[in-house]
Amino acid sequence: MAQAENSYYVPHGSHWPIFGSVAVCTLLVGMANYLNGTSWGGNMALVGFGLLVIMLFGWFGTVVKESRAGLYNAQVDVSFRWGMFWFIFSEVMFFAAFFGALFYARNYSLPWLSGEGSGAITNMFLYEGFEASWPSAANGPGNVGGEYKPMGAWGLPAINTALLLSSGVTLTWAHHALKAGHRAQLIIGLFLTVALGAIFMACQVLEYKEAYEHYGLTLGSGIYGTTFFMLTGFHGFHVTIGAIILAVILFRCMSGHFSSDNHFAFEAAAWYWHFVDVVWLGLFVFVYLV
Amino acid sequence: MSTVAAGDHHDHPESPYSIKRWLFTTNHKDIGTLYLWFAFIMFLIGGVMALVIRTELFQPGLQFVDPQFFNSMTTMHAIMMIFGVVMPAFTGLANWLIPMMIGAPDMALPRMNNWSFWILPFAFAMMLSTLFMDGGGPAGGWTLYPPLTLQTGDALPFVILSMHFMGLSSIMGAINVVATVLNMRAPGMTLMKMPLFVWTWLITAYLLIAVMPVLAGGITMLLTDKYFGTSFFNAAGGGDPVMFQHIFWFFGHPEVYILILPSFGVVSSIIPTFARKPLFGYASMVYATGAIAFLSFIVWAHHMFTVGMPLAGELFFMFATMLIAVPTGVKVFNWIATMWRGSMTFETPMLFALGFIVMFSIGGFSGLMLALAPVDFQYHDTYFVVAHFHYVLVPGSIFAIIAAVYYWLPKWCGNMYSEGLGKTHFWLSTIFVNLTFFPMHFVGLAGMPRRIPDYALQFSDYNMMATIGAFGFGLSQLLFLVLVIKAIRSGKKATSQVWEDAEGLEWTLPSPAPYHSFSTPPAIK
Ligand code: HEM
Ligand SMILES: [Cu+2]
Repeated sequence: MAQAENSYYVPHGSHWPIFGSVAVCTLLVGMANYLNGTSWGGNMALVGFGLLVIMLFGWFGTVVKESRAGLYNAQVDVSFRWGMFWFIFSEVMFFAAFFGALFYARNYSLPWLSGEGSGAITNMFLYEGFEASWPSAANGPGNVGGEYKPMGAWGLPAINTALLLSSGVTLTWAHHALKAGHRAQLIIGLFLTVALGAIFMACQVLEYKEAYEHYGLTLGSGIYGTTFFMLTGFHGFHVTIGAIILAVILFRCMSGHFSSDNHFAFEAAAWYWHFVDVVWLGLFVFVYLV
Repeated sequence: MSTVAAGDHHDHPESPYSIKRWLFTTNHKDIGTLYLWFAFIMFLIGGVMALVIRTELFQPGLQFVDPQFFNSMTTMHAIMMIFGVVMPAFTGLANWLIPMMIGAPDMALPRMNNWSFWILPFAFAMMLSTLFMDGGGPAGGWTLYPPLTLQTGDALPFVILSMHFMGLSSIMGAINVVATVLNMRAPGMTLMKMPLFVWTWLITAYLLIAVMPVLAGGITMLLTDKYFGTSFFNAAGGGDPVMFQHIFWFFGHPEVYILILPSFGVVSSIIPTFARKPLFGYASMVYATGAIAFLSFIVWAHHMFTVGMPLAGELFFMFATMLIAVPTGVKVFNWIATMWRGSMTFETPMLFALGFIVMFSIGGFSGLMLALAPVDFQYHDTYFVVAHFHYVLVPGSIFAIIAAVYYWLPKWCGNMYSEGLGKTHFWLSTIFVNLTFFPMHFVGLAGMPRRIPDYALQFSDYNMMATIGAFGFGLSQLLFLVLVIKAIRSGKKATSQVWEDAEGLEWTLPSPAPYHSFSTPPAIK
C-alpha cells in the first residue's frame, strides 16, 4: 500500500457523512422542540448528540486508521492544513460578530439611549433621565435584570489569563519535544496543557457562580450581562472542545501515533488551542479590562 | 501502481440506480450532479411560492391567500431561492468544473464534500416543515429583522437552527473549494493561469467563510433574545434592533456577491469561446473580482439608509457603494471588448451569456440609483428594490447558471442538447423575465410597497403584466427540464472539444468526462 509521491489520493465512499446529517438533524429538531416547550425535545436532542459523538469517533477513527496505514501523501497533508486553517478563520468571524455586538452596544446604542447625538429626542420622550455608564449601569433604560455588579478584571479573570497563557507555553514545549523525539516531555507537556485547560474551565464555573449568586449578574442583566455571558460562554465552550481534542491527541501520543516529522493532527489541535488563547486575550481586554 | 491511489477500490462508478452510490459517494462529479438536481428541485418549490405571490397580486384586493400566509411565502421564496437554488447550483458547478479546470482528479476533501451536500436535504426539510406549524412559517421577511421576526410562532427555532445547518454546509463547501484551488492544481497551473471561473469561485469561497459565521452569530442572538432573556436587540436592556440590521447586512451584502461572482466566471468562460477571441484583460478581471470582494465588506449599510444613521454613515456608505461600480464596469467593459470584432456565433450558452450582460447591467444601474442615499428614501422598501434585485438575480445569477449548464452539459453527459429547444428556452425566458420584472420599476417609483398582499388601484395594470410574465417564465423552465433530460438520454454525440474554440483543460478530456478527472497531472502550456 505504499504511496507513490506524485500520485493522488481519493478516499473511498463513506457512510459517516450521511450518518452525521441524521445526527445533527436529530439534534437540531430536538433542540427546536425543546425550545418550543415539548416534553420530549430535550431527550431527542440528547439522542442526536449521542449520534454525533458516534459519528465523530467513526469518521476521525477512519481517518486515523488510513493515516497510520500510510495512505496519505504530502498533498493530502496540505489539504488538511488548508482545511483546518480556513475552519479556524470561520470561527474567528463567528466571534467577530459577538465582539461587534459588544462594541456597537458600548459605542452606539447605550450612548444614543442616553441622549447623545441623534438620540436626544428619543431620550427626552421615552427614557427621560436615563444615563448609561459602562460597565456598572449598562442594562438599559428598563434596568433589565435589576441592579448588578460588573465583573472586574483582576480576580479570577487575571488568573485565567495566566492559566491560558501558560497552557500555550506548555503546548509549544510539547511540540518541540515531539519534533525532537522526546516522548516523556511531549506527554508531560501535553498533559499539563490539558490540565491547565481544565483548571481554566473550573475557574470559569466559579466565576459564573460568583456572578449569579453574589453579583446579581446574569445572562438577563441587560446588554452588559448579555455580552458578558455570551462572549465568555462561547469562549468557554471552545476551550472545552479544544481540551477534548488535546486529550484525544494525548492518548494518541501515548499510543505512539506520531513521528517527529508527521503529526499534523497534533499541530491542528495546537492551532485550535492558540486560537482559543488569542480570543481569550481579546475577551480579557475588551470584556473585563476596558 | 494505479495512479489514482489506494483508498479507491473501484475506478468505475457503480450503477446510477444504486442508492448507495449517491449516499456515500466521494466523487466530485456525482456530488456536483446531486447539487445541481437539488438546486433544480428547490427552484421548482421556490418558483411555486413565487407564483402564489404573483397570483395574489394579479389584482388589487385580497383574493386567494390570507396575509400571514402571503408574508410567509415572500419570506420562504427568498430563502429557498438564495440558499436552496443559487448557492447550491454554484457549488454544484464548482464541484463539476474546478477539478477538471485545474487538472486535478477530484476535490481536496472528498468526504467532507459529501457531507456538505447531504446536509442540504435535511436542512431544507426542516425549513419547509415550518410551513405546517402552529403560527405558520416565518413571515417577517428573509432578512429576519427583530422585533417582527421574534413574533414568529413555533417555526422560529426551526428556521434559525436549519439556517445554522445550511451555513455549516456552505462553509464546508467553501473550505473544500479553497483547499482544492490552493493545493490541487496540476504542476504549472499558476494562479494567474487559472480560468476565471476558478478565480471567481476562490474569492467567493473566501467571502463565504468570512460571512456565513457572522450570520450564524446574528441569528444565534435572535434565538437567545427570544428564549434566554438576552438583550441584544432590546432597547430597554441597552441593546438595539438596528444592531441586528448591521450584523445581518455585514453578512448580506457580501452574500449578494457570493450570488453573483461565480456568474462572472461563467460568463468570462463563455464569451471568448463564441467570440473566438481570448478574454480581453484577464489580469484586470482578476483584480476587479478582488476589488469587488474587498469593497463588499464596507458597503453594508446601504440597505439601512432610512433607519436613522448618522449623516457621516450615510455619506460613507453611499460613496463606498458607488465605488463598486468601477470594478463592475471594468468587467462589463472587458466582456464587450472581448466580443469587439470577434467572429461571433449565437449558440444557446452565448445567448444566455449575452442576456446576462445586458440585463445584469440594468440591475447594476438600478443599484446605483438605490445607492444614492437621498433618493433611496423614496425607493426603499418599494417594488423598485424588488425590480433591482430580481434583475441581478434572475437574468443575472440564474441566467448564468443556465448558460453554464448549456455550455458544459455536452461535457457532462456526452451528448449535445437540442439547439432549437435551447434557443426557444432562451427567448421565452428573456421575454417573460422582462415582462415580470420591468414593470416593477414603474410601480416601485410610483410608491407601491414591497411585501404587501394588496395594493392601490393605480398599480393594477403593471401587476397584471408581472403576474402573466411570472407564469410564462415558470412554465418556460419546464422546457429546460425536458431539454436536459433528453440530452442525458440521447442526442448527437459530443466531441471532446465540444465547442470549436473552447479553451481550458476540461475540453481535453473525453465527453462524457471520465469518473476521475485527471488521474495523472496534465501538462500545462
Ligand atoms: C452594481 C452594484 C450594486 C449596487 C450599487 C447595489 C445597491 C443596492 C442597494 C443600495 C440596495 C438597497 C435598496 C433598499 O433597500 O433601499 C440593494 C438591495 C439589494 N440588492 Fe443590490 N446592488 C448592486 C448589485 C447587486 C447584486 C450583484 C446583487 C445580487 C446578485 C444584489 C442584490 C440585492 C438584493 C437581494 C437586495 C435587496 C435585499 C432586501 O432588502 O431584501 N445587488 N442593492
Ligand atoms: Cu447590498
